[in-house]
Amino acid sequence: MSKSVEQLDRVVIRIAGDSGDGMQLTGDRFTAETALFGNDLSTLPNFPAEIRAPQGTLAGVSSFQLHFADHDILTPGDRPDVLVAMNPAALKANVGDLPKGATLIVDTHDFTARALGRIGWQSNPLEDGTLEGFVVHAVELTKLTLDALADTQLSRKDAGRSKNMFALGLLSWMYSRPTENTINFVRQKFASKPEIADANITAFRAGWNYGETTEAFAVQYEVKPAPQSTGTYRNISGNLALAYGLIAAARRAQLPMFLGAYPITPASDILHELSKHKRFGIRTFQAEDEIAGIGATLGAAFGGALGVTTSSGPGIALKGEAIGLAVSLELPLIICDIQRGGPSTGLPTKTEQSDLLQAMYGRNGEAPVPIVAPRSPGDCFDTAIEAARIALTYRTPVFLLSDGYLANGSEPWRIPAVADLPDLRVEYTTEPNGPNGEFLPYLRDPETLARPWAVPGTPGLEHRVGGIEKADRTGNISYDPDNHDFMVRTRQAKVDGIARSLAPLEVDDPNADARVLVLGWGSTYGPIGAACRQIRAAGASIAQVHLRHLNPFPNDLGGILARYQKVVIPEMNLGQLALLIRAKYLIDTLSVTQVRGLPFKADELAEMLQGVIEND
Amino acid sequence: MTEAARGALGLKAKDFKTDQEVRWCPGCGDYAILAAVQGFMPELGIARENIVFISGIGCSSRFPYYMNTYGMHSIHGRAPAIATGLSSSRPDLSVWVVTGDGDALSIGGNHLIHALRRNVNLKILLFNNRIYGLTKGQYSPTSEVGKVTKSTPMGSLDNPFNPVSMALGAEATFVGRTLDSDRKHLTSVLRAAADHQGTALVEIYQNCNIFNDGAFDILKDSDTRDDWMIRMEHGQPLRFGADGSKAVVRAANGALAIEDGVADGDPRVVVHDAHAEDPAYPFALSRLSSLDSRYSPMGVFRSVQRPTYDAMMAAQLDQAAAKAPGDDAALDALLHGADTWTVA
Ligand code: SF4
Repeated sequence: MSKSVEQLDRVVIRIAGDSGDGMQLTGDRFTAETALFGNDLSTLPNFPAEIRAPQGTLAGVSSFQLHFADHDILTPGDRPDVLVAMNPAALKANVGDLPKGATLIVDTHDFTARALGRIGWQSNPLEDGTLEGFVVHAVELTKLTLDALADTQLSRKDAGRSKNMFALGLLSWMYSRPTENTINFVRQKFASKPEIADANITAFRAGWNYGETTEAFAVQYEVKPAPQSTGTYRNISGNLALAYGLIAAARRAQLPMFLGAYPITPASDILHELSKHKRFGIRTFQAEDEIAGIGATLGAAFGGALGVTTSSGPGIALKGEAIGLAVSLELPLIICDIQRGGPSTGLPTKTEQSDLLQAMYGRNGEAPVPIVAPRSPGDCFDTAIEAARIALTYRTPVFLLSDGYLANGSEPWRIPAVADLPDLRVEYTTEPNGPNGEFLPYLRDPETLARPWAVPGTPGLEHRVGGIEKADRTGNISYDPDNHDFMVRTRQAKVDGIARSLAPLEVDDPNADARVLVLGWGSTYGPIGAACRQIRAAGASIAQVHLRHLNPFPNDLGGILARYQKVVIPEMNLGQLALLIRAKYLIDTLSVTQVRGLPFKADELAEMLQGVIEND
Repeated sequence: MTEAARGALGLKAKDFKTDQEVRWCPGCGDYAILAAVQGFMPELGIARENIVFISGIGCSSRFPYYMNTYGMHSIHGRAPAIATGLSSSRPDLSVWVVTGDGDALSIGGNHLIHALRRNVNLKILLFNNRIYGLTKGQYSPTSEVGKVTKSTPMGSLDNPFNPVSMALGAEATFVGRTLDSDRKHLTSVLRAAADHQGTALVEIYQNCNIFNDGAFDILKDSDTRDDWMIRMEHGQPLRFGADGSKAVVRAANGALAIEDGVADGDPRVVVHDAHAEDPAYPFALSRLSSLDSRYSPMGVFRSVQRPTYDAMMAAQLDQAAAKAPGDDAALDALLHGADTWTVA
């Protein structure tokens, strides 16, 4: 039969099922197809902390949301236009997020009285009018998959596992996605189990054919590729981009890298990734605990390595004392905090930005540490390189604050040429620097206030460092009051001085007539940017500034803030950046906060900002 | 290394002294250990710049400031972790850890056992004075049960660690024990530790004359020491006592026991084998001592060969680079991955 093809400019789809149903894999594959097709895209995986939560329960629902468009987009989308629900729990957990008129594709297989009762549904929502107002496709996904695989040797249970591939096939048909790479991917992934590979490919094709032939799906959609600036692109997640940024930084610095880490969600993927790339001179050390992770890294940094430790909030809390030691030793070190919901164990798989003040102040004594934060998954690459630049130039630990949303979310990324990346080479000190031919480990560079990096193995520069206060220049133990006062202020001045090396901030104020400025940091960039576009599209003016450097703030920030009537600061915490801005610049700010474990919705932000503009 | 090669650097003990004033209490056992280590260092035949001392917190942890090598005085309990990162990323260095009973066994216990099981190429000198000195006299994880201190006016309740047993439980490849006041013995154990490839733990009984004076006197006084100290020499029978009539024997049930009046040539007398693969034997030796240090075996309990963590890590990097070098082209290919598209 002939199908009509409808053009769309953007679609948000969400695929939801049991955490054992392969929803993340399905989402990843659909994303890869979409990226290759050339749409702009943004993704939001959302999964439970439990590895295998009880089947068919609300707690066990895992989902993956993808927003793709024929134009440049900034967020994974507020509300799905299409929901694929693989079971009743997935429907129940997600249906509330759908706007009226949304399309629902539901696998009817598990809609038994028992399964419905388990999640508190007395009657079948597919029949009782609950889903009125939605376009519902009740599809026997599981049964169709089993039928397609009836001729194989697989057990019913194993065959049923391919239902996610059936769903992927159907979606791929609906949105005219290229399929070749998915088939290759499945072949590679199951290279050692060809019967499983065959089953998945059969199910995938069956899903596609089902869309093509069945009357229920009358329309195929097309979302044209988005115009992108020239270059070679790939899709990349934040954690992968961060790992690649670190590898690139080590290469550009011509230094061996040492990563000391303890497994923790959502940071572990960086450890996994870096452990695969030993040929770049990368040593990865899975430590006995968080403290050993940073301790070993600091030891390696003393020995001349680019030291990196990765963790999340709870692990950073454990590392606090060692970070203080790094401040005192003045050695380069990159501390990646992939933030998640807190306090305590909090929400391990959900996102939050609530470690800013921990990074800023979570140590004893005056222990300033520079802080940088990426704004998008791809930006994790550049931010890792910037963290390395600061660490190496100023001989200091540096915080890189990513979060769960950036870590697992993905977007198209223009691949940089290696030769175009910043030159990060540093020279170890090899000659005595004192007036009498002696070595003074705390004699500073007058410009950066960095101390020499003289690594063991260098003759004549033998010296001792430690956490006890050191005398200026010599580094010997000193309890002298004036010296301590001087050293505390000097360490602060060194970090403050980093601001002199920063490029001017980009102020996005197209008509230069906005009275309200939205200031953000980290992963809120997408929702804030999307909200600003909505406001401008509606004819109002608003300005946006997004900070990569949280400590020190760029030198021009104060002047920019002073130009606006109102400064609004949206954050996924209770106002941590707002607190720092108010304290430093003595200005009022409107702190807009949310801690739901999910990114802001652009619509809600736009509505709020519109209100601020109108009340101005 | 040959004696000639060792001597070739021409270093003397004084070359390992720094200009920093040594600030331990007068009479502290740490002075003797420092002198012994400085005296022994030239023997290593390693240039000063290739030696690093790393310590944690406590009286003993001031040690690096007094050694004219590279050094780091770090934070409480973490020296083995820091040293692990340094040694495994710089296998060319000779890395020494100086720690105490509180630093190594209480706050830093976790790092110590993991360094031992990994067999990182570290020489760990554990100064055991069975008390907290720097914080002024609380009981430590090696203090005897019932110890009355500032924090335990009615006596301590916790059973102490036996550091040697603990290290052997973690399958340490080298474990030795010696005494601050016996320079010759101390130096011989240091020498054996330095020659060992892998983690070497050397427990050094150290007198804190301020807070726990005389803790090891029965092993020091000429009247008592021969009766209570069991000197271990590889390949030699474990006989001791002023007249050599005491011995470690293997009882009928296979357990080790102390016996007095053991006749010459008694086949039950244990001949010390420091290279025994099975850690059960040195562990049994470590259990002979009483809480108050009677029957203390001194010397090398265990010295066996196992690949070091440092060497294995380096080998993995070499192997990966041999397969495909990590150059700019490789980085470029990595950044591209499998699925790309180009916008012209
Ligand atoms: S307190 Fe004890 S261990 Fe510490 S320096 Fe004084 S005597 Fe030595």
